[in-house]
Amino acid sequence: MMENVILDVSHLKKYFELGRGRTLKAVDDVSFQIHQGETLGLVGESGCGKTTCGRTCLGMYNKTAGSVQYLGQDIHALKGAELFAFKKEAQMIFQDPYASLDPRMTVSDIVAEGLDVHKMCRSKAERTDKIYELLNMVGLNKEHANRFIHEFSGGQRQRIGIARALAMEPKFLVLDEPISALDVSIQAQVVNMLIHLQQNMGLTYLFIAHDLSMVKHISDRVGVMYLGNIVEITSSGELYSHPLHPYTQALLSAIPIPDPEIEVQREATRIRLEGEVPSPINPPPGCKFAGRCRYATERCRQETPALRDMGGGHYVACFAVES
Amino acid sequence: MREKLLEVKDLAVSYHGYAGEVQSVRRVSFDVNRGETVAVVGESGCGKSVTAKTIMHLIKTPPAEIKEGSQVLFNGEDVLRFDKKRLSQYRGGEAAIIFQDALAALNPTMTVGNQIVENIRHHSSVSKKEATAQAVELLRMVGIPQPEQRVKQYPHEFSGGMRQRVMIAIAFACNPQLLIADEPTTALDVTIQSQIVDLIKELQKEKGTSVILITHDLGVVANIAHRIVVMYSGKIVERGSNLSIFHSPKHPYTNALLEAVPRLDLVNKQVLSSIEGTPPDLLNPPPGCPFCSRCKYCMEICCTEEPPAVPFDEGHEASCWLYALAEPCKDAPFTWEDRK
Repeated sequence: MMENVILDVSHLKKYFELGRGRTLKAVDDVSFQIHQGETLGLVGESGCGKTTCGRTCLGMYNKTAGSVQYLGQDIHALKGAELFAFKKEAQMIFQDPYASLDPRMTVSDIVAEGLDVHKMCRSKAERTDKIYELLNMVGLNKEHANRFIHEFSGGQRQRIGIARALAMEPKFLVLDEPISALDVSIQAQVVNMLIHLQQNMGLTYLFIAHDLSMVKHISDRVGVMYLGNIVEITSSGELYSHPLHPYTQALLSAIPIPDPEIEVQREATRIRLEGEVPSPINPPPGCKFAGRCRYATERCRQETPALRDMGGGHYVACFAVES
Repeated sequence: MREKLLEVKDLAVSYHGYAGEVQSVRRVSFDVNRGETVAVVGESGCGKSVTAKTIMHLIKTPPAEIKEGSQVLFNGEDVLRFDKKRLSQYRGGEAAIIFQDALAALNPTMTVGNQIVENIRHHSSVSKKEATAQAVELLRMVGIPQPEQRVKQYPHEFSGGMRQRVMIAIAFACNPQLLIADEPTTALDVTIQSQIVDLIKELQKEKGTSVILITHDLGVVANIAHRIVVMYSGKIVERGSNLSIFHSPKHPYTNALLEAVPRLDLVNKQVLSSIEGTPPDLLNPPPGCPFCSRCKYCMEICCTEEPPAVPFDEGHEASCWLYALAEPCKDAPFTWEDRK
């Protein structure tokens, strides 16, 4: 199992100093591994640190502590040619397809920017061919190549962002809420394409999202984050059929299901979370979920629970869960 | 008392821009009964928000143009013909609206309490002190802890879910007969979303308010709506009771929308059924059925002639040629069981 680990994150911390002695603990001691060719989903509510975690994994942010190893190399220690090579292999797709593409560049220049930087094309003809191939891969055609971004819809823009990332022939992609900004009918198109590309090219995904049903659909394993910690991580089937952490249970029970009859049945058993996610600035000690948890005890407010193996690769960080 | 609180009749709204006339809403009719929740569902750009704003008469003309023959009847009076004085009674008093982006909708330079007081004092002559006391009660009613302190705070001191609660408090300040909720939970997390939906549901039951819920999320709708109106590119393609829309959708678009939502019981990485293509450009909407270019069951007639609304049982109606031909399909070519 160990040899095909592509990304190994251990005890990663990312704090932001806000001045006046305040520290925002965006990612606070997070560990997980991603294996070759799999999709790890990261879910959580806004402000739980999932985006920061994704960005730190790609070296876009410096870490505060811990390590991120990509194929055995610590990415935050990479320099020069090695860093250059890593940046080619690991790509990111952003949430907002409006803000992440330069409005003054044509589609072909956007897609080929990385090709030029990494000198991956020997001739102009090869560059053009490559651009057409990439556009084709994401369901656009070559007529689109000379257009500007404002001429495209949200779904098409997201496809251009994906083409730009694929141009680098990456092995590892961080997808930061790639479908949140899209309409329901377009979401399915993009997700189908992402799954298809992964199967054909053997890509490894870190899929960050807050839409639990979509995350379940695309991921092999899912990690649930709450206020900078991973509270539960397991295979996606297991997570949805046997959620152990009280937060995961509440999260799943809050997903609306488009069926009125099921909704009526669920009404009685729905777990309602009171209050909201507390501020990650100078959080209190202990389990961060304790303030909203039905099972919280004195111990939860004193000690921080560590991730424990419940068997079969199901890890959960909660004192109340019996092994 | 009239059974129908609101009747929207033949509503058509266009925007005039550089490129020409964008026909945002193209002859939409529906009504809302007292104490009922009607959901308007559709993708971005289908005209659902423009419809909502027109009901509040919040559309700026120009650039917009409300076409001749459009009517919005509130208790039998046409809102579109209200004068300034009548409108200011209507807005915030008899009908209230809450928006998706609560931070943009609230005034950042006024305390939350003053914004509620403003609405109360505009519609009834009470003293400032009394109005403030009411504001505290309203904040308590929408579930904001420590309302006595919070009433003096500014919108930026509230979180997203709390801001939406403040919006709801302002909306309910004058006990409106109609509440329009324009994507009230889209910007919120799932756990907060279910809190807000529960709150709207509870208040509606308690006060007997009619609610128009505008959303693109069919999941939210299932839990709260009595009736559903499905819009696509400025038109209503299907309408019906909550159960009939979810369990026996007739229009291919409604069915496709339901299919595109991944269900938790689906097999992992199974191909989701998606709707290919994008909605038509409303600058020059194509003739015929607006959905024809993306429809799996498209026939020749669909591209040339507009389909009539075909009635099914109990107010269930779909505008689709499948059911309007000389030999119509009796049943939809897709069923609820397929989707399961």
